[in-house]
Amino acid sequence: MLRVDGLAVYYQSLRGDVKAVDGATFEIADGEIMGLAGESGCGKSTLGKSLVRMDARMRYVGGSVELDGRTLPIWDDAKMNAFRFKEISIIPQYALSALNPTRKIGHMAEELLSSRDVHLDRVLPELRRRLDLVGLSESVLERFPIELSGGMKQRVVMVLSSLLDPSLLIADEVTSALDVSTQRAVSELLVEFRDRGFVKSMIVITHDLSFLYQIADTILVMYAGKLAEKAASDTIVDAPAHPYTRMLLSSLPEVGVRFAERRLTGIPGRPPSLLDPPGGCRFRARCPLAFDRCGEEPPFAEVAPVHSAACWKAAA
Amino acid sequence: MLEVDTCCKEYRVGAFGGRALLAVRDVSFGVQPGEVVSLIGESGSGKSTIGRMILRLARVTRGTITFDGVDIAQLQGRRLKQYYGDVQGVFQDPFSSYNPIFKADRVFTMLRSEYFSGLGASEWDAKLENALDAVSLDPGAVLGKYPHQLSGGQLQRLLVARALLLDIRLLVADEIISMLDASTRIDVLNLLGDLKSRGLGILFITHDLSLGHYISDTTMILRRGRVVERGPTQVVFGNPLHPYTRTLLASVPKLHARWGDGNGGARRDDGEDAADGGPLVEVEDGHFVASLPPEPGT
Amino acid sequence: MAVSDHERTDPAADRIATLDVAAPTVPTAALLPSGRSEFAYFALRNWKFDLGLGVVLVCVAAALVGPLLTDHEPLAFTGPTDQPPSSEYWFGTTSFGQDVFTQFVYGLRAAFVVGIVAGGIAWLLGAVVGFTAGYRGGWVDDVLNMLTNVVLVIPTIALLIIVAAYVEVHSYATEAILIGLTSWPWAARAVRAQTFSLKTREFVDVARLSGRGTRQIIATELAPNMSSYLLMMFILLFGGAILIGASLDFLGLGPSESISLGLMMNNAFLSSALILGTWWWFVPPGVGIIAIVGGLYVMNVGLDEVFNPKLRER
Repeated sequence: MLRVDGLAVYYQSLRGDVKAVDGATFEIADGEIMGLAGESGCGKSTLGKSLVRMDARMRYVGGSVELDGRTLPIWDDAKMNAFRFKEISIIPQYALSALNPTRKIGHMAEELLSSRDVHLDRVLPELRRRLDLVGLSESVLERFPIELSGGMKQRVVMVLSSLLDPSLLIADEVTSALDVSTQRAVSELLVEFRDRGFVKSMIVITHDLSFLYQIADTILVMYAGKLAEKAASDTIVDAPAHPYTRMLLSSLPEVGVRFAERRLTGIPGRPPSLLDPPGGCRFRARCPLAFDRCGEEPPFAEVAPVHSAACWKAAA
Repeated sequence: MLEVDTCCKEYRVGAFGGRALLAVRDVSFGVQPGEVVSLIGESGSGKSTIGRMILRLARVTRGTITFDGVDIAQLQGRRLKQYYGDVQGVFQDPFSSYNPIFKADRVFTMLRSEYFSGLGASEWDAKLENALDAVSLDPGAVLGKYPHQLSGGQLQRLLVARALLLDIRLLVADEIISMLDASTRIDVLNLLGDLKSRGLGILFITHDLSLGHYISDTTMILRRGRVVERGPTQVVFGNPLHPYTRTLLASVPKLHARWGDGNGGARRDDGEDAADGGPLVEVEDGHFVASLPPEPGT
Repeated sequence: MAVSDHERTDPAADRIATLDVAAPTVPTAALLPSGRSEFAYFALRNWKFDLGLGVVLVCVAAALVGPLLTDHEPLAFTGPTDQPPSSEYWFGTTSFGQDVFTQFVYGLRAAFVVGIVAGGIAWLLGAVVGFTAGYRGGWVDDVLNMLTNVVLVIPTIALLIIVAAYVEVHSYATEAILIGLTSWPWAARAVRAQTFSLKTREFVDVARLSGRGTRQIIATELAPNMSSYLLMMFILLFGGAILIGASLDFLGLGPSESISLGLMMNNAFLSSALILGTWWWFVPPGVGIIAIVGGLYVMNVGLDEVFNPKLRER
């Protein structure tokens, strides 16, 4: 059970602070797979990473994160060590290159586990079971990363990241570098991990809304560092409340729509600069529904049961 | 207009170039004026190699590529330059396509010095404005800027404008929108659709089936360098016959139907070495499928 | 990020890459001053660059102005022997009664001549061979590679000793040419490696599609992108040439009709200056060599930090 309240994480740059995540408040229940969607630069990757590891460029500015009732000390790298991998784990964005090419996979697993004071032998039977579950034989531990295909590497990283049954697993763009059919296989495996109880809840970060519709229970859409909308995936796709979500969905060509029949439109303009974001609603400049009140930032409020959106027009 | 005939591309790999890797095998197709042909394949399928061969950036190992009946492998010097006046390409990474230390409009001035050196300043400006207008870009917003000051969508459009300056007849678009955001993708795609109606032939190379379906007249599915299915887009998507095509279509995530509802499962193993089939057989009018060995037991 | 910082050549891209990762949500336009002014800004703020440049400029000034300040000839026997520095002979005199100061400033000149000529030749050769091998690939690359390796493996000093024994080395320019012809291989290799990585970038394809030929592409697309690298390469070759030249002169293999810093030290040791304690004879040339070469290398380190933002101190 994850509870995030007012989380703000900025990046330091030569010209000031980039407000990558500026006040995120949401909850994830046990057993829930939440999709985190948005376009590049919206802050979704930052949000995911900040829950596990603040790298040197990120700066914690405010807010609180609670996992299973305990506050996560995300501002303190050393203290977070106790939580990483065991309570909360991440499959990083460039997982395919996260594997050291000069070490066998088994060695890497051993090092990873021993850094958490867990002996490989103790978890080996479980490791074998899980590798089998994802369709890999145990011999993969004896191989070097270069001998595996992209999909296989992704699955190995998935298994290793979730080996100690973390309460929350964050999957950061795990399918973007894969082919369509492997994407489906990997996504379905994520769901299976949850179904079998290896992880309690999951955050799946991607820009592809259609994938989230397939596997996530709820979807959280971000825009320019702020939360735009959160609802069950069916609701997001069928009845979105936020204009950004609506326009984003209508710009996606699905198999079934042809240019000659119906011309889809995108969203004109560009996202605002996060160095000096405009006051009020950040989507205002590109929103066809914008009116005076949008000069005041809309709160991320409930517009229906389990459906929140940050838009004055969406408010009930 | 463009005819690709049994093209093959072979790379030598291994120590001392001992082994041969066939990146493209016996691919044949054509592109007519005003036709959009989608080349759909996953990574490693050889689709980009085909694009590069057509653009004369890579050599054809076997087979021929002809443009208006002329074998492009024979073109040199001035005739090659003429070819580039008819055929141009736009690539996947907008930021890599520009030399980062120069301004973005250098791609235009390069063309000017090679193709339009005789043109006066005002004539050139008019031509440039026309091309930018055709791609819906405001000259004031994009000229005189460095690539890092522009967005991916603007950069891709500039490259299309560059191609239009030459009044080309065929555009090779190699994954041109995969690095763009969802909201800008559709605009660039619509741009291609508009250009098509002006008579431009487009070879649209992508891995994304929905994009191919949206924009193209003819679709070709490529697997491991070989064409496994080819035909009018509606037909191939409506009645996919090759198992690979079926698998691909089943794996595409849709927005209003879940995977479990449809047929066909995703492959779990990556090392599958299934036979893709032999030469293409015309199954119905214009719809070609790679012939498969008969099912065991039939 | 598999590519190490030292392999990235493009300063702007480097900066974008670093800042992009640091601030992925901002169009980088907001973060960068555009163009070349950035180089000057960062270069002059880097103390290593300033220090090195300062030292080298002082030496250059000494080489240019020094000979004007003295009315002695470097090799002339003008005064009493073995005199320590005085108001008349600023750096004292040698065992032969020559003015050390005059020898020193003329020696500096010779050092710079050798540096520029040898460094320039090596730089040009390295660049041409490297670019051609890197861009063309195939058999051209194989042949050039073989050539590079052969010249690389030859022990330079030994070769130069043999050549110097047979060729009447009359001037520093000749010595410089010999040095230049043997010190280019590492530069060629470095340029080749950079060219390999740059040539796969799509802007090279766009240039080809614009009808540009190989030489044009190398000159107008690749070289400007590697300008920082080429600059640093020249500085290193320049310094290296001076060092090799001084070594040759010290061994007595250089021209003997004029004076150089290495030759000064050679003469000093042959005349037992160490034993006699006439330190003013060999300390200035030694310090001179260290100053020039050291200054150049420190400049290079500073430039490396300017071009590779990740190395900069916060």
